[in-house]
Amino acid sequence: MRFRSLLGAAVVFTLAAHLAAQNAPQSQQAQSDHFVIETGARLYAGQCSACHGANGDQINGVDLRAGKFLTVKTDEDLAGVLASGRPAAGMPSFATLNSDEARAIIAYIRSAFDATTEGVTIGNAGRGAAVFEGKGGCTSCHRVNGRGAYTATDLTEIGTNRTPGSLLRALAQPAQALLPGNRTVRAVTRDGRTIRGRRLNEDSFTIQVIDEQSRLVSLVKSDLRTFELVPTSSMPSYETTLTADERADLIAYLLSLKGR
Amino acid sequence: MLIVLALAAASYRLNAQVSSDRILRAGDEPQNWLTYSGSYMSQRYSPLKQIDTSNVKNLELKWMMQNQVFGTWETSPLVVDGIMYLTQRPNDVIALDAKTGRMFWLYRYTNSGRQQVCCGAQNRGVAVLGDTLFMGTLDAHLVAIDAKNGKPLWNVAVADDKLAYSITLAPLVVKDKVIIGVGGAEYGIRGFVAAYDPKNGRELWRFNTIPGKGEPGNETWSGEAWEHGGGSVWVTGSYDPAQNLTYWGTGNPGPDWNPDQRPGDNLYTDAVVALDADTGKLKWHYQFTPNDGYDYDSVQVPVLADLMWKGTLTKAMLWANRNGNFYVLDRENGRFLSGTPFVKVNWMSGFDEGGKPIQTPQPPGKVTYPGNQGGTNWYSPSYSPRTGLFYVSAWENYGSIYRKETIPYEPGRRFNGGGQTVAMPNPDAPAMRRNPINDWTDVVGHGAVIAIDPRTGQSKWKFQMYDVTDGGILTTAGDVLFTGGREGYFHALDAKTGTELWKANLGGAIMSAPVTYSVDGKQYLIVNSGNVMATFALRE
Amino acid sequence: MKKLTRLAVTLLLVSASYRLDAQVTSDRILRAADEPQNWLTYSGGYSSQRYSLLKQIDTSNAKNLELKWMMQNQVFGPWESSPLVVDGIMYLTQRPNDVIALDAKTGRMFWLYRYTNSGRQQVCCGAQNRGVAVLGDTLFMGTLDAHLVAIDAKNGKPLWNVLVADDKLAYSITLAPLIVKNKVIVGVGGADYGIRGFVAAFDPKNGHELWRFYTIPGKGEPGSDSWSGEAWEHGGGSIWVTGSYDPALNLTYWGVGNPGPDWNPDQRPGDNLYTDSVVALDADTGKLKWHYQFTPNDGYDYDSVQVPVLADLMWKGTLTKAMLWGNRNGNFYVLDRENGKFLLGAPFVKVTWMSGFDEGGRPIQTPQPVGMPTYPGVQGGTNWYSPSYSPRTGLFYVSAWENYGSVYRKEAVQYEPGRRFNGGAGQTAKPTPDAPVMPGPAAVRSPINTWTDTVGHGAVIAIDPKTGHSKWKFQMYDVTDSGILTTAGDVLFSGGREGYFQVLDARTGALLWKTYLGGPIMSAPVTYSIDGKQYVIVNSGNVMVTFALRDQN
Repeated sequence: MRFRSLLGAAVVFTLAAHLAAQNAPQSQQAQSDHFVIETGARLYAGQCSACHGANGDQINGVDLRAGKFLTVKTDEDLAGVLASGRPAAGMPSFATLNSDEARAIIAYIRSAFDATTEGVTIGNAGRGAAVFEGKGGCTSCHRVNGRGAYTATDLTEIGTNRTPGSLLRALAQPAQALLPGNRTVRAVTRDGRTIRGRRLNEDSFTIQVIDEQSRLVSLVKSDLRTFELVPTSSMPSYETTLTADERADLIAYLLSLKGR
Repeated sequence: MLIVLALAAASYRLNAQVSSDRILRAGDEPQNWLTYSGSYMSQRYSPLKQIDTSNVKNLELKWMMQNQVFGTWETSPLVVDGIMYLTQRPNDVIALDAKTGRMFWLYRYTNSGRQQVCCGAQNRGVAVLGDTLFMGTLDAHLVAIDAKNGKPLWNVAVADDKLAYSITLAPLVVKDKVIIGVGGAEYGIRGFVAAYDPKNGRELWRFNTIPGKGEPGNETWSGEAWEHGGGSVWVTGSYDPAQNLTYWGTGNPGPDWNPDQRPGDNLYTDAVVALDADTGKLKWHYQFTPNDGYDYDSVQVPVLADLMWKGTLTKAMLWANRNGNFYVLDRENGRFLSGTPFVKVNWMSGFDEGGKPIQTPQPPGKVTYPGNQGGTNWYSPSYSPRTGLFYVSAWENYGSIYRKETIPYEPGRRFNGGGQTVAMPNPDAPAMRRNPINDWTDVVGHGAVIAIDPRTGQSKWKFQMYDVTDGGILTTAGDVLFTGGREGYFHALDAKTGTELWKANLGGAIMSAPVTYSVDGKQYLIVNSGNVMATFALRE
Repeated sequence: MKKLTRLAVTLLLVSASYRLDAQVTSDRILRAADEPQNWLTYSGGYSSQRYSLLKQIDTSNAKNLELKWMMQNQVFGPWESSPLVVDGIMYLTQRPNDVIALDAKTGRMFWLYRYTNSGRQQVCCGAQNRGVAVLGDTLFMGTLDAHLVAIDAKNGKPLWNVLVADDKLAYSITLAPLIVKNKVIVGVGGADYGIRGFVAAFDPKNGHELWRFYTIPGKGEPGSDSWSGEAWEHGGGSIWVTGSYDPALNLTYWGVGNPGPDWNPDQRPGDNLYTDSVVALDADTGKLKWHYQFTPNDGYDYDSVQVPVLADLMWKGTLTKAMLWGNRNGNFYVLDRENGKFLLGAPFVKVTWMSGFDEGGRPIQTPQPVGMPTYPGVQGGTNWYSPSYSPRTGLFYVSAWENYGSVYRKEAVQYEPGRRFNGGAGQTAKPTPDAPVMPGPAAVRSPINTWTDTVGHGAVIAIDPKTGHSKWKFQMYDVTDSGILTTAGDVLFSGGREGYFQVLDARTGALLWKTYLGGPIMSAPVTYSIDGKQYVIVNSGNVMVTFALRDQN
């Protein structure tokens, strides 16, 4: 009797801890001083965005919003870079910022640039993984940790550069959420072959895609009879095909995907 | 006349120093490139015609030079009698053999370490007079270097780098003076143009682009806002010897994005100023964007051309401005002759009779066209007297959402007053990048070379690119136009029609203006791409 | 019948060329010569001759080469990577551990993968990476922090990642791995930090280690008596250039690096096996079948980390399975690759550390008096730069440094984990007694060069393996770190530190064409073909440059 209730308590405790862990990003944000992050957002816009860009990814190799840095690992490292700059790379020193201002900028960066709360329900990542592979059918197009299809974008690190709100939007209105970068190309060559694929890179004269057979193909535009970017998304909306709980679980799972 | 002919004939064997007279008559020695924009009229047009529309497809790579410095390479070289002088970041000067690319000497200037620049540790080139080269530095010094051995001759502080003043432009030699401007308008400086004695660096005159108390134009500022008014000058100006006027484009007012903090027209920001070359006194000005809230620096190369304007031969100035309009001005007196948009423009609806824009600010959160980087920017335009067309590197279909904020001035700190974001179709979309992988630019703007007929302001033809372009433009008497873009393609177009004749894939963003020169009867093209300076000529 | 079917399939595969999507199997790498349009492994094929059957570019038209495209990186330092080309897609690495997939025809990028090192890694000589290996749809890369990583060739995403050795002890991997049958083989670097080197094979599916061969034998193992005391524990013997494979013998061959401490042989009396050797390992088990040691008890840092070139030659009337080796110690060797027998050894540059060979092929060492230069110097008569062998000319080609010596100095040194374990130094010999000490051609990488000719210069040397004599020599002013590629068009491609990229007549050494690329050429050229057009690609400074014949129009 006692054993069973202990076991039950253990299960509940584990589940709670698990839930808490899955909810960690959200609660960390909530715990951070909202005002500090807002201040950081303002300072960032004034002092940093001219070089780093509004989304923090304008410098090669650095994506501040996604937490990708060249050498920085800890907040102390971040503060150090702000103080000394990176003269060799052209980043000036920001030693004129006082410690509160530096802290605010760091908090903003750590919040993945999300100064506003979204009010999105985040469910259980374990259940979300099951939805991803099962009812959602996501692996028929997407790939995570080496499993799934190549057709749509790889989601292995999607948790590092999407907020809960943007994930909810993507599930509800995928066509709106589709980044131009991930559009499908449909091309017909001069000798009549049709090639469909997801765009990887493009310039004035060539376009690179991964086609429906998962081959990397580079096309020279002047060799094509027609070439168009398909404006719609092949991803279905999950607004009605999943329940609200299932969507919340799926979002929790996607947020947990932070790469290998 | 005879001496000039003899000099021209001696070409490569010439060892006479570069006199200001030679720069004045740069058109007589097309084999050389004696000043930043090729000549004082800044048309970046070369009389060389060995390479033309029929044979440009036979260009081949002759040599390459590589630097070892991160970041974009915005410098444009000079070529004097077979020797090339160029700069590499942050403040190195190099002398090369222009025929083979082999180095004679390298001079490295060490900055103070305190310098601050808004937008990269750039240097756009040197100027030459006699046997001396002149370079502006990131820590706001002007340095004179011996062209024969690369040793420094003198070095003067032009402004205080602790207040974030810097010099990135290539100086302009006018008669017996070396003229430079300063950058730093993102840090609340008070901009100026100044002239120095080439022998010893003594300052000879200074023109403040922001007028002080009691000076004409100061009434266009309220309170003390003029003290940190901005108005930087960071691209090389032009000179008209007949008027003895030197022309400079001025940059944005500070704070960049909050015009409410500085009510008034904010003279002479976002303007062209015409200064007496001997005294630096202002003779006339024309302001492109009064009380600017969009960062529309009018820091472009002023292109001078003599045109028939409504039946009269007119000394004109042609200007494709960052604010998206193409202008024709009378360079004798600054009179506005015409203004026409060359990209989508919605911050204004038209011009009044005096040429002042009728501003139509967009509601908060709505997109303004052109965006922050402008319809064009510092990239060198070109004018071909043969085609009669003006050519500009433009960004089309590119807008920004602007945001204002109040900000107090603090020395050495950014003084922006708000910000802007490129109009994106999607809030999660990545921002502008300099990446070899580009799968989104067509949605947020693309580059184009636009050929404008100055007499009508209409575009005659357009060469569109997928990514944007920071490349300058060069045209030649062979009717070829050379330019490049951020993708790393170096193009040769037919200057009359815009047809692409040839291209090379150089693998790095082309961020400078091409130059052409000739050695031993062979014409060469040179351009920077990424970390590489590549030179082309017709194959034998 | 089987042979015919295989031939038919091969022909079908070859003709489909660019449209081919079959994965890269180890069988394809075995028969790499059947698909000369591709470059499936670091040295082109298992015999590592870096010789291509492509002959569209030949001695008559090499002067018509033109630039096709360039790719630039944004990383300081020499670019030692050599690319692979598989059915029109090029896979290469850039420092420190990025992997890139490009369209081989236009140079435009499909994807870029960036591996982040631990930050603790230490390397003696630059954050290098010499390339990837491919098997199936997977690429394999060794990292500076001594990991082996598998990457999905289609989208650049990592598949698995295993720790190979401890980077806190300064182990690292810089070579391109070698695929042999169903194994991925790597070696480790770090001999300047007192590691104990090894070659190891991993399962391509999951990174499990399948076998390991230590280049420094442990107590009781054969060869351990060539070490005294505990010196073997930090014996060095790193492996940092890709080896070769003979499928008939099922032997994989690897060149082994210097013993530690580098310059103090007195601290480790004995021959110090298997440092400065070639080892022949059973490909299935990693067991040592034979070895030959080039420099016993080395005090000169003569790493024998060269690509083992396999060639079948007539040797004194018998068809012999030979191994050709231009060694860092300044000698050219011919060995029997079945059993390691020494067949020939002859200097190809000035050699003063030895006077000759005994009957068994052991060098008779003649150490120079203290303070006097030894030839060749520390960087060697040659080094890691890829040599080439052309079956058409029958010549072996090596990038050599001539007239280059060092003054060596010994010092006692204690081993400390992760710290340099050099035991002295080697300094470039002065040209005259009063001259200041030169920084040495190893150090200076400047575009301005006014002194190299006095302290050594580079050359491409063509050696006749049957005699060991040089048939011709192409001399340069500066030294060279470039590899060599030869083709069936009888052309030889190579470059040097000055930044010239040269095409020579492989038979005579005559210069057919050159171009100046502005940056040192620090990698080995590769050639491939797409849609019937042959391309040659090489790295110069920060740029990867591709050439082909100009189109007729």
